Amino acid sequence: MARLWRFDDTIDTDVLAPGKYMKSPLAELAMHCLEAVRPKFASNVRPGDVMLGAPNMGVGSSREQAAEVLKHLGISAVIAPSFAGIFYRNAINLGLPVFTIDAGLHAHPGLTDGAEITFDFDSASVTLPASGEVLSLEPLPDFLRDMILDGGLIPHLEKRFQTTAAAEGA
Amino acid sequence: METLARKLIARAAGQSGVSAGDVVICKVDLAMIHDSGGPRRVKPMLERLGRRVWDRDRVVVVTDHYVPADTEETRAIQALTRQWVRDEEIANFYDQQGICHVVLPERGHLSPGMFCVGGDSHSPTGGAFGAYMFGVGATEMAGVLATGEIWLRVPETILIQWNNSLGACVTAKDMMLAVCGEIGMGGGRYQAIQYAGTAIRNLSMQERMTMSNMAAELGAQAGLIAPDEITADYVRAAGGTLAEDWADYAIEAADKPEDHLTFDAAELAPQIAAPHSPANAADAAEFENTKFDVAYIGACTGAKYVDLAAAASVLKGRRIASGITLKVAPASKQDQDRAADEGIMSILEEAGAQFLANSCGICAGYGDDRLAEDEVCLSSTARNFKGRMGAPGSQVYLASPYTVAASAVTGTMRDPREIMEG
Repeated sequence: MARLWRFDDTIDTDVLAPGKYMKSPLAELAMHCLEAVRPKFASNVRPGDVMLGAPNMGVGSSREQAAEVLKHLGISAVIAPSFAGIFYRNAINLGLPVFTIDAGLHAHPGLTDGAEITFDFDSASVTLPASGEVLSLEPLPDFLRDMILDGGLIPHLEKRFQTTAAAEGA
Repeated sequence: METLARKLIARAAGQSGVSAGDVVICKVDLAMIHDSGGPRRVKPMLERLGRRVWDRDRVVVVTDHYVPADTEETRAIQALTRQWVRDEEIANFYDQQGICHVVLPERGHLSPGMFCVGGDSHSPTGGAFGAYMFGVGATEMAGVLATGEIWLRVPETILIQWNNSLGACVTAKDMMLAVCGEIGMGGGRYQAIQYAGTAIRNLSMQERMTMSNMAAELGAQAGLIAPDEITADYVRAAGGTLAEDWADYAIEAADKPEDHLTFDAAELAPQIAAPHSPANAADAAEFENTKFDVAYIGACTGAKYVDLAAAASVLKGRRIASGITLKVAPASKQDQDRAADEGIMSILEEAGAQFLANSCGICAGYGDDRLAEDEVCLSSTARNFKGRMGAPGSQVYLASPYTVAASAVTGTMRDPREIMEG
């Protein structure tokens, strides 16, 4: 079971990874994640929890620490009606699952802040245990899904380079 | 109908044509990185992959975020950056010469037809030159540096047409705040935005850069402007190389009729955007008499040569009001030198301005010079997110350099035409 962290205001990269702490190590930066809008987020979030953002999730800077701190804090998926493009690419490149949710489903009364839910990557869905209802998210294209399963772009490239090297060696 | 975005992407993908929605792999002509998202982040990833940069001549490194480096941590970041540049034998390194988006074109690195990526969200600035340029994070940049390639979903083009001409004291910054107010920060839908129309054709290259720069605030991937003689003249003067077919990229079209938006430049008044979003824009007159503490002329968006000149035209023979602090961080050393030669820096100084380094400064909020709790700033920068430029309780209003300067003189927020025409 995971806790749902719901945000109804657009979350930008400056509140996810505040500039003042950008020179600090990731673990320290992560302790300030979202403190400007929800001061206790970093200390209360638990591994496996799911973040439900508002439209244009992750708008702002290209700093990938905005996605990296969420992964570091154990967020298992970020779900939103729409994402800012760079944040979306960064999350996938870092192996953090990001899923788009239909605007109608986003307004579902079961998706309140603090709700207990289960999230399943393979089926791209959220289950509400109270009602047993399964909410389907927009599936990822295969090549992005594969990148997340490999753990992000760098492990994905590592695999590709090894395959190329092996083919050249054969 | 062909769009500029699709023509640029097709060239980079080595295809005769592409369609919106296609996923393609593009060859990168130029990759730009800075001291924050650059070497300190990509070095360990390249080491893990066992790769060096794919082409040392196609990489540009700029230090601008941790400038001045006045702490042990930031000095270490700059030392690492310089060492990496040496180790990788990077041909183009601009150390503390100004903000990357301004330095890149002024040193002749951008020209029509190119496909470029930058490790910064304001990388769409390069679109002003008829190049496809967009921002990526550090991991994606490490992938580009290792392979020279990047994937892309071919965007649709949203055409934003500005008819007629701007009035006095109205600028590209006002045009962009007005568009942010009209279509919102998500209005660009991570597609390509292209600016067209008489008012765009009349803009200088640096003003066009402001338009493309703030495509980031619309959530677009790129902010394109078709090249013309003004583009070509700038590139030549900067020592850049123009491809023989550069004029073939003079294409202006949207993919869908509903994505062709029209604005009237002649009707546009100076704009101010209230905290905490550029989309909170309205006519400056609506904010009349709003109090503030700090006037800031800074950043790639708002402190280029044209911006300094605009501020000086208001401040000439005038002084800032008591209780107001005016801080100016010229966007590049070259722009500052030109402004100094033309007497612009003296005008600003005599008006009471304090000068900061040629760097991202307070806009990035990375250094110690930040806004205090409850401090209110009127800024020529691009974004006013909560806490970005200082304490969580600080407030930032966005405006053009004219509006910032005029408001600094009167001591409260003001439509600059009031004091220029009065």
